[in-house]
Amino acid sequence: MIEFEGVGHRFGERVVLDGVDLRLTQHRVAFVGANGSGKSTLARMVNGLVVPETGRVLVDGVDPARHGPAVRRRVGFVFTDPDSQIVMPTAGEDVAFSLRRSDVPRRDRAARAARALAEFGLDGYAEHPAHQLSGGQKQLLALCAVLVGDPDVLVCDEPTTLLDLRNKRRFAERLTGLRQQVLMLTHDLDLLDDFDRVVVLDGGKVVADDEPGPAIAHYRDLCR
Amino acid sequence: MSAFGLHEPGSSVLHRAPAGPSLLFVLVFAATTVALSSPWWLGGACALVAAGFLVARIPLRRVWPLLRTLALLVVLILAVQWWFLGPAQALVVCLRIVAALGVASLFTLVTRVEDLVDAVERALGPLRRFGVDPERVGVVVGLTVQAVGTLAGIAGSVREAARARGAERSITAFAVPFVVRTLRYADELGEALAARGWGDRGADDVTRADTRSNFN
Ligand SMILES: Nc1ncnc2c1ncn2[C@@H]1O[C@H](COP(=O)(O)OP(=O)(O)O)[C@@H](O)[C@H]1O
Ligand SMILES: [Mg+2]
Repeated sequence: MIEFEGVGHRFGERVVLDGVDLRLTQHRVAFVGANGSGKSTLARMVNGLVVPETGRVLVDGVDPARHGPAVRRRVGFVFTDPDSQIVMPTAGEDVAFSLRRSDVPRRDRAARAARALAEFGLDGYAEHPAHQLSGGQKQLLALCAVLVGDPDVLVCDEPTTLLDLRNKRRFAERLTGLRQQVLMLTHDLDLLDDFDRVVVLDGGKVVADDEPGPAIAHYRDLCR
Repeated sequence: MSAFGLHEPGSSVLHRAPAGPSLLFVLVFAATTVALSSPWWLGGACALVAAGFLVARIPLRRVWPLLRTLALLVVLILAVQWWFLGPAQALVVCLRIVAALGVASLFTLVTRVEDLVDAVERALGPLRRFGVDPERVGVVVGLTVQAVGTLAGIAGSVREAARARGAERSITAFAVPFVVRTLRYADELGEALAARGWGDRGADDVTRADTRSNFN
């Protein structure tokens, strides 16, 4: 469970988040809102990359502001641009990189990485230069590298923004049926049908918080 | 395709050589080229590196960009050094650079970064009790190799964009987007590493034990 308690934040003079109170118990929660509405800032608070100025965040009762590294081990994060989250030259090495801090023994890492890649439809790409994969494959690789560490929570910050329609769908399919609680920030409203809860942010405030149908309708009104 | 920093899969002797000793060889080889000052010996060193590329069967498409970069460097350095030191000295400096960069890039072509990181980790293991974190150093070495490739890639696409706008001669048309994109890459990479648990200086090893129970 993820809780935001009276979370507020400013960058310089600009108020980015203002009095956000949320208890996220649902398995799949989405955040929508215009550019600059504070989605990314809120998401980064979940793993302590941003520390709220006021209020606090709790991930299963643990405050990422105080126990950042411990929380980050439990919270996987997928960013918008796969090129900056793939940190090793080949797909296999990048997945194995995630296993370095786990208790998987060194000699098992390559095999384990290859198996994980296969699950994501990337079998045969272990030795492939990661930066030469297609955009969709890269984002699947990023997701694979995060999930191989078996986090409890998965946060995705606009993971499909750079993908074409088919790859958007493919990525979204990968997110269904995961053991992990999923928080997804997105502009792709048609991917949200099977989400349990959709939170709409505007100017750093929660302006709607409902099932996908009504929440998305509210968001569409807002954009008119 | 970048000149440096990407592994070229293969099965040659050089590919199969263990990463640790290979790295040691590369370091000793590079140091030796600095110590040598006979153009004949240095020419021999360059020939040895070239032979290494043949033995490793590195395809031409990978050798080309490297040669182009080296040629550009050599021309620049030759011009400057010739002016200051005369032709003989200039030749020696250039041969040294070709040999050292050549052997380093051959090494990155035949060694998987993962293996390199492991080798560095093992080599630094004994220094652990002096406060060195071998895992961290290993990862930094691996990332450096990878970053060189990425920066070369950014440079390539920025140059392409500048050319598309007819600004291939403009230094600002290259430098401004290159710096912006490099900084953004560094920023995002730092964040992605932190998210994957690598930004932390083992800081909460103390607190880890007491937080773990809360997750289960
Ligand atoms: N590191 C930062 N420094 C200064 N301002 C920032 C920083 N990160 C985000 N902002 C500002 O905070 C606001 C909200 O940003 P963000 O959380 O990224 O929104 P969203 O993800 O919804 O587009 C924006 O106005 C943005 O310019
Ligand atoms: Mg954002």
